[in-house]
Formats: sequence, structure tokens, C-alpha cells
Amino acid sequence: MAWNTYKVARVVDKLPAEYFAVRSGCAVMDLTPMEKYHITGKGAREYLDRLLTRDISRLRPGRVTYVVWCSDEGKVIDDGTLFQLGEYDYRLCSQQHQLDWLLMSASGFDVQIETETHDVAALAVQGPTSYSVLSTAGISDLDQLRPFGVAELRCGDIPVTVSRTGYTGDLGYELWVEPADALQLWDAIFAVKGRYDVHAMGLSALEMVRIEAGFIMPGFDFNTAEATVRDGYDRSPYEVGLDWLVNLDKGHFTGRKALLAEKARPARRRLAKIVVDGNKPVGEAFIYDRKNGKQIGEIKCATWSPILKANLALADIECINGRLPAKLWARVDYQRELKWHTAWAECHAQSKPFYDPEHRSATPPARY
Amino acid sequence: MTDRTDVIIIGAGHNGLVCAAYLARAGLKVLCLESADSAGGMSAPRTLGDDYHFPGLAHAAYPVSLAIRRVLKLEQFGYAPGKAIDTVALDANGEHLTIGTNSVSGKGLSELDEKAYPDFRKRYLAFAKAVRPLFDNKPPRLKGMEFADMTTLAKLGWNIRLGLGRDAMYEFLRVAAINIYDVLNDTFEDDRLKGAIAVDAVMGSAMGPRTPGTVLTWLQRLQGELNGPMSLQSGGRSQLVHALTQSAEDAGATIRFNAHVEKILVENDKAFGVELSGGEMLKAGSIISNADPRSTFTSLVGAPQLDTMFANRVTQIRGSGVVAKLHLALSGKPEFTGLSDDGMNNRLLVAPSMKYVERAFNHSKYGEYSENPVLDITIPSMHNSTLAPEGHHVMSVNVAFVPYELEGGWEEQKTTFAYKVISQLCQFSPNLKSLVVDHELLTPRDIEKQFHAVQGHWHHGELSIHQSFMMRPLHGAAQYDTPIERLFLCGAGSHPGGGLTGLPGRNAAKRILDLGGAK
Repeated sequence: MAWNTYKVARVVDKLPAEYFAVRSGCAVMDLTPMEKYHITGKGAREYLDRLLTRDISRLRPGRVTYVVWCSDEGKVIDDGTLFQLGEYDYRLCSQQHQLDWLLMSASGFDVQIETETHDVAALAVQGPTSYSVLSTAGISDLDQLRPFGVAELRCGDIPVTVSRTGYTGDLGYELWVEPADALQLWDAIFAVKGRYDVHAMGLSALEMVRIEAGFIMPGFDFNTAEATVRDGYDRSPYEVGLDWLVNLDKGHFTGRKALLAEKARPARRRLAKIVVDGNKPVGEAFIYDRKNGKQIGEIKCATWSPILKANLALADIECINGRLPAKLWARVDYQRELKWHTAWAECHAQSKPFYDPEHRSATPPARY
Repeated sequence: MTDRTDVIIIGAGHNGLVCAAYLARAGLKVLCLESADSAGGMSAPRTLGDDYHFPGLAHAAYPVSLAIRRVLKLEQFGYAPGKAIDTVALDANGEHLTIGTNSVSGKGLSELDEKAYPDFRKRYLAFAKAVRPLFDNKPPRLKGMEFADMTTLAKLGWNIRLGLGRDAMYEFLRVAAINIYDVLNDTFEDDRLKGAIAVDAVMGSAMGPRTPGTVLTWLQRLQGELNGPMSLQSGGRSQLVHALTQSAEDAGATIRFNAHVEKILVENDKAFGVELSGGEMLKAGSIISNADPRSTFTSLVGAPQLDTMFANRVTQIRGSGVVAKLHLALSGKPEFTGLSDDGMNNRLLVAPSMKYVERAFNHSKYGEYSENPVLDITIPSMHNSTLAPEGHHVMSVNVAFVPYELEGGWEEQKTTFAYKVISQLCQFSPNLKSLVVDHELLTPRDIEKQFHAVQGHWHHGELSIHQSFMMRPLHGAAQYDTPIERLFLCGAGSHPGGGLTGLPGRNAAKRILDLGGAK
């Protein structure tokens, strides 16, 4: 599968092995295709303040934060992680190409923006044993790295920037190195295989675990502003459940006025986390207000969660009087021996992530 | 009574003064801040040396509308439209054409052209009248239309269909978006006549006669003529700026000079004051900027207070000045071959054909000045002898087309260019060179610096179709209000655009009052 200019495997070896590696061992994934932007300059903070909906006044060097940015109309353009590496030195990572928007936003600010996607190799090392794996592989001083921390460490003689971040909802790290050092780092990690179970992971396993963690994927779960032609097909941060990333009191940012107006109205729709009853595989399905009732939404992504033994999904659902309807039904179309059947399954909206283990945030993490 | 200021107007150019006078008359407490030491902006008088006075950048103008004159009692404050003048199309052989409002005469003019001219004028003045509702009101918003917008469009439709009649309407719809070049070639034979009319359609814009939309710019200019004939700005009490200043002050507005606004203060997307270059902060309920939209948003407000795409659109506003102004102090009366003293009272044009105008324009596109520029000449001292010492004269020349960014730099070539223009003038007035005691050339760069108009554009932005009406100066700020709450625009960059009309100032004032004033 293509991701930016790279080819990425959906499954490297076997999906169940990769999935269980993230949830009960350690999985490694090449994150190099992630778009990375190096943002520097005296005006970088002011620039980011205007770009992002979130109040980042408490962000400090050595910290990472999850952010989203919007169009003038207050619709999501993309989300990503913002790393503060130095006083005037930031890295912004996003799944999709964002250089045009970032440069357009730079006019009037003392800031330089460079793409460093191909200049920084990145590995995600995720799972309950990831801390032990990386320590054993030779990365020192990992114990004090808190969630959303970033530090310059070493793996033997390789300088590695390590952040305690990830897209799996589990304990995990992301490693950022010179491309020339990447293979050596990979080998160092996989050298622990005799002692720990380490698997290379593809996108399919990632899709399962990110849904379990309740993480959204712009461009897949909803259309992003810059890619939307039809009126009303893009989504605001409120509509995709990112209310907590919007601070309307922090001063001006792109989209503030539109979001202020939206907030004053009852919510129209919501990308909700839902558990779908039963065990029929839920693919793309419509959501109804009752069995055979009115269609009020659609499932955007879904997975069977082996660890929770439940059908999980993110669904775009119309609100009634600003709230999600109390009753939700999914019409699940499924096949049995090449014949299609329809079943009605009740859905239950959740506000918390489906899967959020305690070991994810412990510092120092448990050793295995 | 409190000291609270209701509105601060940035810039005491004529639109700022009109806006100030209207708002003060509506009972608001108005403070108008001007960075220069006198009012008027581009229309403020200028002095060369100690003794030579010029009427400002705008040297000929049409009267402002009756409505503005009546409401602001301008006549009471001394305003009087000057004596009507004609346009003389200069000819190198002395065979000049005199072009009046309803007739044209001169050696070598065909009978056909002489007859066609009055009809042509009548037709186009009728077109200008038909589209008048568009100019007199805020531009209608097409999405989320207000009642006022519907009235404007209804009036426009009524005027075009019923006012003009069917045949004229078809003709109007045919020409509205095309170029003046085709229209004039369809109508006239005489190159001098066509050249002169074409100048009126393109002067001040980065457009040649063949540029699409030049019929529209001409109709825009004819709006002024609906108010009365063109006259010379010859200084003194009768000048518009003087009367406007008096009218605004009479209504209670305060005008403060040498007050250069450095920043518009904004909090939570709402403007609440300005900061002057000395650091002084002034607060007001509303801020109205008569400055260029580009400098208003880019410099005064600043990108951090604007949404990305809006800020980007601001930087995309097209408007690079193409006219330089040459002021000449003369030790005596210039003589023009084949032109009487009486003739020199008029506006004199060097634009012998449309081809000449188009060629002059071409150079500016490539960062060059034209060796044969279009010249628009007035001799204000012919009307007002106090402008120069006894027996002396002042001459004011609009020189088109010149680029804002000259290849090789303006500083190095400014004097050379001024002398080239003087030499060119000598082709028509052989004694001129010996009379020049002093000169001043204002290139678009100088105009930018002195009047804070980005890239020295007369109209604070091209009057092209894509920057007119509900798209002037840009989408998101086309109804005088802006994305910043309580920040408004009232200058030439706003609808209906530049010229000494006062319309942007008046329309803005009405809009601000409609939106609940600044209380």
C-alpha cells in the first residue's frame, strides 16, 4: 500500500501475531513515511499558536503534544504530533502532506519550515514489553522518559531521539534517527528476539489497535478540509470528538471565529466511539435510530477487538438537539458462504477509549 | 460627557474625512488620526521649494455626489466644483483635438466622428447611470443576502432592463466585460480621439486599452461625470479636502495630525484600539481603516490575528502602481504649439493613439518605463495664480506607464526619467525646458512611501473585475466589515474604489451605522 511516496505493508507476517505483539509483547513499525516538518525561528511559537487550535503555552523543550489544525472555516485539515526539540526548534509530524498549508500559514512570521520526511528515519516500537526491549537493545536512560516526553539518547554508538509516543494506545516509543543508522538500530532491536517476542507490524494491525485506542485517522474517518469539494463533507474538530484540543480563549488561531460560532450552536454531528453488539464482522454499515428506522449515520472504521472481545467502531452520527441519540442501531451486512445476510445490532456510544491499560502510562514502565 | 472615543479612523484622506463627517453627524465621537501634518492624503496639496504649490496627486476630478455635498453641507464649508474643463488631445504637429462633454472638434477630425461622439457619450453615460445603484450602496452579498442587498440588485435590474430599454440593454451586456479598444474601434476613426478616451479607461490601472474589463473601469470613471463635469483641482478653500475637514470638525470630529498608527490592537478577534508610533495607545469602540487593505491587514493587524487563507488572500490582492507624478516649477508660462492660452486651462493628453497607450503599458509589465509614456498634463496656476510666484507657473503631469519595481532600481534612474519626460513635453511645448526651475518626480515607490499605499497604487488595489463589487478588496472584507470584529475599511481599496468620490467613505459610514454604530 502506498503511504506518501513509500510502499507500506498491510501485513508483514501474520496479522494475529502482529496484533498480539502490540497488545502483549512488542511490535515494530517503520514510520519513515510519516510527513515530518522541521519548524524553526524566533517566531516559531507565535506561528504554531496561530496554526493550531490547542493552547501550547505549556509546551516545553523535551515535550510532545497532540495537535490538530483547521481551515479558516474551522474544518480539520490534519492532526499530528508536535515535538519541541529546542527553544526555537520544533518538529511537526502528520500523516498527510502538509507543506503547502504550513508555508501558506508562515507568511508574516519569522519562521522557517523544511520537510525532513526523507532525512529522518522513524521507528515505532510499541507494546507492553517495548521498554524492556529497547533497554535490552542498548538504549539507556529510558526509565525516566514520561509519556509525551522526548529525549536525545543513544543506542550503542547511534544517537537516537526517543519519544514516548505512539498510535497504539499502549506503552510505546518512537525512535528518530539518521537514515544511515536506521538498519543498525533495527538490527539492535531485533537482536533481543531470543529473550523477547518482537514482531514487525503492518498497517492492518495498526488499524485494529488505533481503533481500540479510539484514535481517529483524518482522511479515512472523515474528509479533510483541503481535500473536500462538496459543501458540508468536511468536519470540524468538535464533530470528530477533538473538543479538548480546541481552546477558544488562547487568542487568535486559524478557524477560531468559525469554531466560536459553531460552539454557540447545538452540535450537528459527532464521530462517536461505539461498541456494536454481537460478533458479526462490521465493515461499512449505516447507523439507524431504531431497527428499520431513520438512517442517521454511518460507520467509518471498525474492527473486531480480540483483547476486548467486542466489535468496535467509529461512526459519524447526526445529533438530536445537540446530543447523540440514546438508541443507535447498526444494519450489519455480512456474508455466509458467499451469501449476504442482514442483521440488526444495537450500538453503545462510549466517551472513553475502548482500551486504555494502566501499564501504558507508568513511569518507569514495568520491566519484563 | 465622557472622554470615550466611539470610533478611530486611520488616515485623513478624503474617504477618511467623509466617513468621519458622516459618523460625527450621526452623533458618534470620532477621532481621525493622520500620519502627515495635514489632511487629504493623496489629494493633499504639495509644495515644491517654498513658492510652488501643487494640488496633490489627484489634479483633475469630478464633483462629489450631490448626496454627500448635501448631507455634509460641503458648499457651506466652501466647496465648489471648479470650472469645467475639456480634454485636449495633443498632436505633435499642433493639430490638437478638443474633447468636451458633448462635442469634439479639431483639425482633421472626420464628420463621422464628430457626429458619433455625442451619441456615444450619451449611450455610455446612460450605462453609467444604469449601474449607479451598485456604486452608491454596499456591494450586495450573494450568499446570505440582506434586504438592502436585494434592493440594490432590484434597482440595478430595473435600471438595466427598464431604464435602458431592450436594445441598449443588449448593447450594455455585450460591452460590460470587454475592452475599450474594441468598443472605440467600433465607433470612431480618429486615433487621437480613441487614444484620449482610452486613457480615461486605463489611467491608474495596470491595464492597456486591450485589457478585458476596461469598459467597466471607464464606466466607473463616468460615475463621477454623472455628478458634473471634470474640473481642475487648483487648491485653496474650494478644494474638497478643505471643506471635508471643516465639515467633519463642525460635526464634532477631531482630526489629529502627525499621529502615525503603527498597530491596530486586537484581542479575541475584536479591535479595541490603536498604537501610535510613539507608543501611545488609544482605545475606541470601533476602528476604521482608510489605509490600503494590504497594509491594514498585513502591517497594522498582522498575520497572527488573521486566519491563514484570509491572510493569504490579502497578500494576493493585485495592485501595483503604474503612474508617476511629475511636478514642474516653471519660471514663466509654457507655450504649446498650436494651443491658445485658453486651451492651456484644460487637461492636456499625450496619447496620440490606442496603440501608443497599449505600447506604453507593455513596458511596465516587464519592469521598464516607457520611453513614450502617456502624459496627462494640467497647469493649475492657469486657474489659480497664487500657486506660484508672480509670472511663474506650476505644471502637474501624470506619467503612465511606469513600473513599481524598475529594473535597475528607481533611485539610479529617477532623474534620467524625469528629464526624458521633460524632453518629451518639449515636443509639444518647445520653451518648456528653459522654464523649469525645479522638479519633483513621485514614482509608485515614492507614492507608497508617502501615502502608505502598498506598491503606490492610486486605488489601493486594481479595479479589475475580480477585485470589484462583492470581491473588493477581497472576499471576507467586501462589505466594509472585516473578519476582525469592530474593524472596518473605508478607503479606496473598498467598493466602489478609488477616485475623489468619497463613496467608499460614505458607504462604510452607512454600513457601520447599520451594524449598530460603535456605541
